[in-house]
Amino acid sequence: MSILINETTKVLVQGISGRIGQFHTQEMIEAGTNVVAGVTPGKGGTTVLGRPVFNTVREAVQATGAEASLLFVPPPFAADAMMEAADAGIRTAVSVTDGIPSQDMIRVKRFLRRYARDRKMRLIGPNCAGIISPGKGFMGIMPPHIYMPGRVGIVGRSGTLGYEAASQMKELGIGVSTSVGIGGDPINGSSFRDILELFEADPDTDAVMMIGEIGGPQEAEAAAYVRDHMTKPVVAYVAGLSAPKGRKMGHAGAIISAFGESAQEKVEMLSAVGITVAPNPSAMGATMAAVLARKLAA
Amino acid sequence: MDIHEYQAKEILAGFGVPVPRGGLAYSPEQAGYRARELGGQAWVVKAQIHSGGRGAAGGVKLCKSEDEVRTYAGTLFGKNLVTKQTDAAGKGVYRVWVEGASDIRQELYLGFVMDRTSERIMIVASAHGGMEIEDLAQGDPDSLRRMVVDPAVGLADYQARELAFALGLTGGQVAQMVTVLHACYRAYRDLDAMMVEINPLVITGTGDLVALDAKMSFDTNALYKHPQIAALRDPSQEDPREATAADNGLAYVGLDGDIGCIINGAGLAMATMDMIKLSGGEPANFLDIGGGASPERVCQAFRTVLTDKNVSVILVNIFAGINRCDWIANGVVQAYREVGLTLPVVVRLAGTNVKEGQEIIRNSGLPILAADTLAEAAQAAVAARPTAAAA
Repeated sequence: MSILINETTKVLVQGISGRIGQFHTQEMIEAGTNVVAGVTPGKGGTTVLGRPVFNTVREAVQATGAEASLLFVPPPFAADAMMEAADAGIRTAVSVTDGIPSQDMIRVKRFLRRYARDRKMRLIGPNCAGIISPGKGFMGIMPPHIYMPGRVGIVGRSGTLGYEAASQMKELGIGVSTSVGIGGDPINGSSFRDILELFEADPDTDAVMMIGEIGGPQEAEAAAYVRDHMTKPVVAYVAGLSAPKGRKMGHAGAIISAFGESAQEKVEMLSAVGITVAPNPSAMGATMAAVLARKLAA
Repeated sequence: MDIHEYQAKEILAGFGVPVPRGGLAYSPEQAGYRARELGGQAWVVKAQIHSGGRGAAGGVKLCKSEDEVRTYAGTLFGKNLVTKQTDAAGKGVYRVWVEGASDIRQELYLGFVMDRTSERIMIVASAHGGMEIEDLAQGDPDSLRRMVVDPAVGLADYQARELAFALGLTGGQVAQMVTVLHACYRAYRDLDAMMVEINPLVITGTGDLVALDAKMSFDTNALYKHPQIAALRDPSQEDPREATAADNGLAYVGLDGDIGCIINGAGLAMATMDMIKLSGGEPANFLDIGGGASPERVCQAFRTVLTDKNVSVILVNIFAGINRCDWIANGVVQAYREVGLTLPVVVRLAGTNVKEGQEIIRNSGLPILAADTLAEAAQAAVAARPTAAAA
């Protein structure tokens, strides 16, 4: 198995007709992703890369049974596109867009609460690299060739730091079940905790690599979940040891504005619940290898 | 994006928050003139900079005559005010706000922030205002009242009343507080603010509420919706290096070290800075070059990093996803020649088209140090510093 996406997941691409949408859709198809349709308002009835394009997500879902959607939609229209996907019955949506106003995301999160648990769309991102189950399929902008199929889950805010972890593990022969980028925005669709829950329940994931950074309460929330519910080993790294307080480090959400939001404090919180924290970002793979070896020996 | 106190007061007044009468001055003479215009016996002269803690830094003064207003304003203009919240260089004073002195009976604190736990707008209030919220949270945490607003409904009257009573307000003050809370919430929501703070919100001798100070900051991602807010940007209050970088689409934060960093992705950039620190060096900056970086953009990144005269070595670390290593490598080679680089450069490339990228660097004949891993790159950069060679 894997989480969120596999080779049978019917994927829709919102914003498929644009240059960036087409480029990444091509990559996704080449990697085996089951892309069934695209949506671009006003371009209904055309085809892109051999896939039918619809005017609305609702039409696309009715015609193709699409269950997941990747959004290449510019910031001013991104929140609306997310709500359209949720209302059309999409189960998993991934938004890579950087620069969405925070209050637009407040509205989206409130909107998603309208749906009962069994009908509620899971949103990944925004401002993330996407999700990939190596060898099965992916939705996002990552280079698929750096991931080796395997049994370790990755969840992180940063795209490139996630690539770094995957390639360090690949060097050591450790593969990935699914890698999930939750994005660098202050208000995001899924938290570390949400994704850890999915990995804990996935029979094909043995351990999780969690890559946090300065700012926000989600690492602390994840630590509480690991302490109370997680049976699988978790390895972590928290970026931003050298980040000054009150300065935004690239990501809109990477800013230390409250107690417990610095990298040092987060490392302490994670270590305190038994998570093995990599001593430096070049040792993420080696730390995971050591933890897996210890698990095997036990 | 931050704005000045007088701008925040003007915006909030437009939504119904009572503020003292005042006037803006660009010179000491104008400050004196403003005082005469306002009338009265006493005025408060306030330096307008994008920072809190102005009072303790000598940027606010109660003056008893027009002459005193003029003289004091004369000491402010052109001066760099260093507060607890600025860096050692401080921020330049180019505008001064003069307002009639208020009769203060009590100081309250009122703040609106985006709460990342509830993912909603949160109101924070205290009956003990006047000091910075950080000090309040540490010294008097029990006085803080918090309330979260449901975005689908907005701030409800009962919530505003609850807060007013919790702060110990009575009689007509309760209705005034409800008005102030609604006004701030609407300003926050309608203008895509990230922070609205009135500190202090005072109760005057006549028992009325007045916003004596005000601070607002805005979501830069939402400025496209609000050109009238975007127009309030004041470049004199920004780090010129960071402002130039932002205009060129680069996320840059200046720091105190000497190893210049050019990296793609915010997380990898922070991790590379961590690795430099753990290897015994200090990063000079955070710089995220972003996705799809062209050779021109790489050149721009080099120029930005080199505006910092402390930089003695440059570390380029790219894990290419949407980026391509060959483009980055071409950019590095081009930058080396165009910028006339003399500093050592360490380049680590990984990801898409890494072989082509490494070949371009190798064949360039330039003295660029190549590294394969993040750790090697950081160690090579630390070792390449001239100070390291001397030691």
